[in-house]
Amino acid sequence: MSKTITIDGKVIPFEDGQTIMDAAMAAGVYIPHLCHQPEFTPHGSCKLCTVKVNGRNCSACTYPAMDGQEVLNETQELIDDRKRITQMLFVEGNHLCPGCEKTGNCQLQAVAYHLNMLDNHFPAFYPEREVDASHPEVMIDHNRCIFCTLCVRASHEKDGKDVFAISGRGIHKHLIVNAESGLLKDTDMAATDHAAHICPTGAILIKRTGYQVPIGERIYDHKEIDQVSLATEHLKHGE
Amino acid sequence: MANKIRVATTSLAGCFGCHMSFLDIDERMLQLVEVVEFDRSPITDIEHCTNCDIGLIEGGVCNSENVHVLREFRNNCKILVAVGACAINGGLPAMRNHIPLEECLNEAYLDGIGVENPQIPSDIELPLLLNQVHPIHEIVKIDYYLPGCPPSADVFWKFLTDLIEGREPSLPYELVHYD
Amino acid sequence: MRQFIQGIAENSHYQATHLLQILRQIQSRYHYIPEAAIEQLSGLLNIPRTQIIGVVEFYSFFHLAPRGQYELLISDSITDHMLGKKDLFDYLAKKLDVAVGEVREDGVVSLDNTSCTGMCDQGPAGLVNGLALTRLDQSGIDKIAELINQQKPLDEWPEELFQVDDNIYKSGLLLNQQIEQGAALRSAFKRGIKETLKEIDYSGLRGRGGAGFKTAIKWQFCSEEQQTERYVVCNADEGEPGTFKDRVLLNAYADQVFEGMTVCAAIIGAKQGFLYLRGEYLHLYDKLQSILEQRRQNSLLGNNILDTGLDFDIEICLGAGAYICGEESALIESLEGKAGIPRNRPPYPVTQGYLGKPTVVNNVETFLAAAGIAVNGSDWFANIGTEKSKGTKILSISGDCARPGIYEYPFGTTIQTILNDCGADDVLGVQVGGPSGTFISNQEFDRKLAFEDLATGGSFIIFNSSRNILDMVHNFAHFFAHESCGFCTPCRVGTSLLQKQIDKIVEGHGSAGDVVALEELCQLVKNYSHCGLGQTAANPILTTLERYPDLYQSRLKEISFEPGFDLDGALETARRMANRNDAGAHLAQTDASGSRPVASLPPSMAVGE
Repeated sequence: MSKTITIDGKVIPFEDGQTIMDAAMAAGVYIPHLCHQPEFTPHGSCKLCTVKVNGRNCSACTYPAMDGQEVLNETQELIDDRKRITQMLFVEGNHLCPGCEKTGNCQLQAVAYHLNMLDNHFPAFYPEREVDASHPEVMIDHNRCIFCTLCVRASHEKDGKDVFAISGRGIHKHLIVNAESGLLKDTDMAATDHAAHICPTGAILIKRTGYQVPIGERIYDHKEIDQVSLATEHLKHGE
Repeated sequence: MANKIRVATTSLAGCFGCHMSFLDIDERMLQLVEVVEFDRSPITDIEHCTNCDIGLIEGGVCNSENVHVLREFRNNCKILVAVGACAINGGLPAMRNHIPLEECLNEAYLDGIGVENPQIPSDIELPLLLNQVHPIHEIVKIDYYLPGCPPSADVFWKFLTDLIEGREPSLPYELVHYD
Repeated sequence: MRQFIQGIAENSHYQATHLLQILRQIQSRYHYIPEAAIEQLSGLLNIPRTQIIGVVEFYSFFHLAPRGQYELLISDSITDHMLGKKDLFDYLAKKLDVAVGEVREDGVVSLDNTSCTGMCDQGPAGLVNGLALTRLDQSGIDKIAELINQQKPLDEWPEELFQVDDNIYKSGLLLNQQIEQGAALRSAFKRGIKETLKEIDYSGLRGRGGAGFKTAIKWQFCSEEQQTERYVVCNADEGEPGTFKDRVLLNAYADQVFEGMTVCAAIIGAKQGFLYLRGEYLHLYDKLQSILEQRRQNSLLGNNILDTGLDFDIEICLGAGAYICGEESALIESLEGKAGIPRNRPPYPVTQGYLGKPTVVNNVETFLAAAGIAVNGSDWFANIGTEKSKGTKILSISGDCARPGIYEYPFGTTIQTILNDCGADDVLGVQVGGPSGTFISNQEFDRKLAFEDLATGGSFIIFNSSRNILDMVHNFAHFFAHESCGFCTPCRVGTSLLQKQIDKIVEGHGSAGDVVALEELCQLVKNYSHCGLGQTAANPILTTLERYPDLYQSRLKEISFEPGFDLDGALETARRMANRNDAGAHLAQTDASGSRPVASLPPSMAVGE
């Protein structure tokens, strides 16, 4: 007999080595997440995928599924708290959606929509952050970085390059690139790199492609991130 | 009718785009004015709001006048609503927040290309700029938020009809947008 | 410089795991980490430049921009504040003509704050080029300023400036009898390694860092792992403000600590051990190295220890200013030459620790106790203490008392007994376990020192009734925001938000909803953070809010809302540039006309209400 966990009462099978997130995704259960992508080593930092496992909060993307676990996912408490965590991400950076070409395709925004986030709740930090437009094809807008490290992992694990890293401590954390000048143009970044396409927000963008799809016709304008995530990321699990 | 719901609206550091979007409720405006009357608002020319049920604020707070107007609304509206991206998080005007105000004013009035007769305006009639643009919930207590740049006409309609009909206002997924 | 860096890289066998130790030497020599050094190291250690910058920017003691030839850091611990730190700090800044956080124009001296340096019983304290300064007062500062202005090398400074005392006031089981060098190992081998583990098991010894995991179980788990390459790590990164007992143990009982590590190595089958010594304890480094050397000569370390066939050695690794490295998995990351970011668990260090190999990480005091148990047997230890907390606990006592210092007590001792012993009168409350622990009020002094009641890693800070609890809470909130590693959202953003919210309330700008908002935020940070730092960062607020709700409420204004920033101050630039100072050029912080509190109304509003 195969091993199972339950998520909100629903029985879900899993195989040894799978995380709760893996098992949930495979069974068509969405758990909100931003720093997780099935193709990369799980990171567990955004904390949006926090679920209650036998009464204890755990990150679904890193916590192993174990036989008989009772997992709570869609409780009002978790939904409310995930909204607050998303609001923390919004006030920490400068997320001004109307001026961002990623709007409508942005996962941070989409998770916020999904959680029915209507305001930022907390006082805005308005940090001073730079834009690096030095590279001919790829740009970095640090205002929108949420430190998910997907670009770091993609560059290292898929591209074999180490273009990106996270530096600094605490609220002073920031994304750095591997060049003496500190500029993207002096790295070996290419627009075809995985790392150039993995950013969940508008922090890393391919130049001159932003408005090819008009606002209003973008991914999350009409579909919720749970459906999109299950449809696209599901396939990549077990790759 | 004496017992209509009184609504006041204003734009602080905004572009009046939210007001324009409100007007996009089109013919539903006729239904609305059956139960609503407008106090201070661009469409009434009333200068100060008094004793209202709902205040709709567009735009963030960028100068001293914005603070005064916002406080007037808070003191006179039972329900105060942040309307649109700028009221909620400062919006595009807040993009100046990482540039020191001194640099902004120098660029605009002293050293900018094409500036003639360079001087910082100092008429006492003019409101002074705050160092940063702030969302309105950082200045006064806000009861509801309508996101969007602008919120669509349907957002205004849904919110106001919820309130008028005594429901807790809520926005379904398709009405929640930040752009 | 190229030659210097080549030399230290070579001495480190070009191992990237030694990055911290290499950077410490560069910082010490050049007072920053030059870009050229990063470039060169990247090649020598075969790691990306970004990895080096990431480490430099993570640890407080490394800098990308030059600091002064004399890097002066003053401890910002609450205990230093209670000893008059602020005035001294201002005096020092004035005397040296350098602003806080800055380097003086001539490059000779830089001045900044640093987290607690572990000298709470002899503060106000600081560090100069990493070396501990104690009992700072005005005349001491005059002297320091003069020495710096004369550019006297540190080894010519008077010794009394660096004098660190042990201040042991009460000894118990562990501190009373120093074991003879080698005695624990000889006993352990004589009894048999397996039997020794059993003794440790029967003794009921639990980890002394605070969490209290049973030591024997941890060692057994580690020894049962399939991987045979295993490690022993002694956690001497005691960064919890108010804790300094590991400093004393390593100064006066180091042999016994090393012996405990060696017994552990024999039990789990480790060949290599590390002492992770917090950078603030640099002054102990040479002494500890010579003790290790002596042990090697006496066949207590190295190959074939005491002819038993056991090969084991210990390396000392210095930290570089990061509280988070006291968390065991962050400590392991740091040992590997990386930023101290706590790992996801499981796997736990006993299965995948240093370099992914099974690793035991224990507190200094735990190893000390283990060595004692190896010599004296389990009963010696288990006969003392309570049912669930065996043995004794060594406390670092500081704050408002006549005799701050080291005290050893059997578990089960009441707080009142401790307060009596150290000469504390008129006590308002005690912070037990440091900022991450619990604040107890003077109504709770019958509570006991025990894992099942008041667990503590050893910090015990006493506040008398002249103190304002909110000053303490304010200090701790800033501490956690400063020390958050930034890995997870709730802690990275949450500790900064807590800091803002506490500032707002303490500075008198709080209004009706602000305490509720504070509490909500505390719960988020506590329940969703990745590691112990975030999970406990709200404790100072939560434990005092629970005991003194009125204290918080009394700071709130009787209005519904006040902005969290200085409104009139935000007009200052515009006022100056427009050359205005009329009434219209100012803003009141709160709305004078709006005395009517406007509550959020329920939505059901009958038309024409």
